[in-house]
Amino acid sequence: MSKTAVDAPVWSTISGIPLEPVYGPEHARPLPPPGEFPYTRGIHPTMYRGKLWTMRQFSGFATPEETNQRYLYLLERGQTGLSVAFDLPTLMGYDADHANCIGEVGKCGVAISSLEDMEVLFRGIPLATVSVSMTINSPAAVIWAMYLAVAEKQGASWTDLNGTLQNDILKEYIAQKEYIYPPRPSMRLVTDVVEFATRSVPKFNPISISGYHIREAGSTAAQELAFTLADGIEYVEWAIERGLDVDEFAPRLSFFFNAHNDFFEEIAKYRAARRIWANVMRDSFGATDERSLKLRFHTQTAGCSLTWQQPYNNVVRTAIQALAAVMGGTQSLHTNSLDEAYALPSEQAVTLALRTQQIIAHESGVTAVADPLGGSWFVESLTDEIEKQALAYIRQIDDMGGIIPAIERSFPQSEIADASYRYQQSIERDERTIVGVNKFNESAGAIDLLHIDESSQQHQCEKLALLRKRRDNGAVANALDALREAARGTKNTMPHILDAVRAYATLGEICDCFREVFGTYTESSVL
Amino acid sequence: MDNRIRVLVAKPGLDGHDRGAKIIARALRDAGMEVVYTGLRQTPEMIVNAALQEDVQVIGLSILSGAHNAIVPRVMELLREKDMTDVLVVAGGTIPDEDADKLKRAGVAAVYQPGASLDAIVEFIRASVKQPA
Repeated sequence: MSKTAVDAPVWSTISGIPLEPVYGPEHARPLPPPGEFPYTRGIHPTMYRGKLWTMRQFSGFATPEETNQRYLYLLERGQTGLSVAFDLPTLMGYDADHANCIGEVGKCGVAISSLEDMEVLFRGIPLATVSVSMTINSPAAVIWAMYLAVAEKQGASWTDLNGTLQNDILKEYIAQKEYIYPPRPSMRLVTDVVEFATRSVPKFNPISISGYHIREAGSTAAQELAFTLADGIEYVEWAIERGLDVDEFAPRLSFFFNAHNDFFEEIAKYRAARRIWANVMRDSFGATDERSLKLRFHTQTAGCSLTWQQPYNNVVRTAIQALAAVMGGTQSLHTNSLDEAYALPSEQAVTLALRTQQIIAHESGVTAVADPLGGSWFVESLTDEIEKQALAYIRQIDDMGGIIPAIERSFPQSEIADASYRYQQSIERDERTIVGVNKFNESAGAIDLLHIDESSQQHQCEKLALLRKRRDNGAVANALDALREAARGTKNTMPHILDAVRAYATLGEICDCFREVFGTYTESSVL
Repeated sequence: MDNRIRVLVAKPGLDGHDRGAKIIARALRDAGMEVVYTGLRQTPEMIVNAALQEDVQVIGLSILSGAHNAIVPRVMELLREKDMTDVLVVAGGTIPDEDADKLKRAGVAAVYQPGASLDAIVEFIRASVKQPA
């Protein structure tokens, strides 16, 4: 007996919430059914009976030509939506031929510098029917304008377009760190997109308020939830300030959470998320449309949980995490591939990851019943505890004057850095077991990896040079002048970004206009 | 005179994933070393200049973007140009085995892949830095 206790000294969740050995009726209270306020048990009465989640693998690498081929491959294999991963130059608003991009083009995602690249990316993919999610933040307005322009050229009506723009700048300052401009002008651009979507592209989700990257940076589950919802509250405040009615735009806000290893804690997190959001939207913002109160979310399994050692173990981790997302009521899901601790996934690995979702959906039986764990004394208790911890953080952030002042004084950043160090130390001290890393080690055989060579950069630079010669450079200069002027004023910049994009102004040229007007942001690094 | 080992922890390139860099920086500090963290988006030139100014014995480069083959050799080249080849360079991140071998041939003392133990990194630096008598 005592041997067991020594071997497993940590009886808490992965985030450090202490656990009882067994839970009973005193730990839970009855809840309204799924589909009813505050939607703890899910946003639909019958959940996956009505509609399965969208299986949406995040993907993008090298050139638009190569990524387009991967998209067609995934769609042929039964994937039901696309999710674009952009490379770091694109995420940072640089063209592929910028001096800061040496070695980076096409490495972490697909390289997009102009409307021409975007046209290639979606060749043969009808945007009127395929829903597309785009992970882009600082330059979100520009990339979205390119997307809208491609849709226009395909003859699709903007009012038919389905998809999601990440456009969540606040978590960039907190965790992912792909910011360009300071927080306030960035928030203005985010709000320009929200307003434009509300008026002109009404079925598109203009922000995906993301906890994923916060968790990947090392936060606990409660921190992920709290900082994400605090960001959400800030976006709602800015949109209302802009003059939008809360029920006009709130139904199109969507969320994006991580699915980490701790099965029950993750399920509790999703349930707590729905409950907090519904209450905040109703009580703080006076939303009355039911759709404004319902928190819809995408989930990605935890990249940071994947191990370099014994990579096939990652298939098992991902399956457990994906199951948690489904039991927690996700609306769409990305499952990581087994090789992602090494590189972007190979075609074989990404297929296995997609098959994992299909097995959960079609073989496991978990889709038949809504919120199958509802009423579990343990899960209800954990849901209450995570809600309590998240609300305490949200109050603390409120006292600081909101998430922007909190970011400026590095509050969420320090909380995450502390949690991340604590977690790493618990592994170092063998208080936590990671199979194949600090226990059950063995040397594993090599796996085949996707290699991206430097030819993408050359290819993209050559195309860009030709484009700069071929386009009407007078029209580009005029469009950029008008955009600069708009950025200095207070009107929505989207129509001007669209004009610049249609004239084939590049991403870098457009972002440079904003850099000129807004300046750039440097964080004070906290250790 | 302070005998502590001086380390520059640097994040080169456009990559914003700083979880690893921050953990390493704290672990080295907890192990009694003096740690300077550059913050994000440093060019090889900025890193080598910081190493010179801070008079460090070790540079730790953290890269998770896949750009290591372009960035790390450039840092090594600049160190040679500035006659700083006595500075120990270690790299960490998502660096596949064959690339790790390449970087070692270019003069990097050690390459740490995901899952590397903090203790092992601390021990390696302690053993490798030539302490002034």
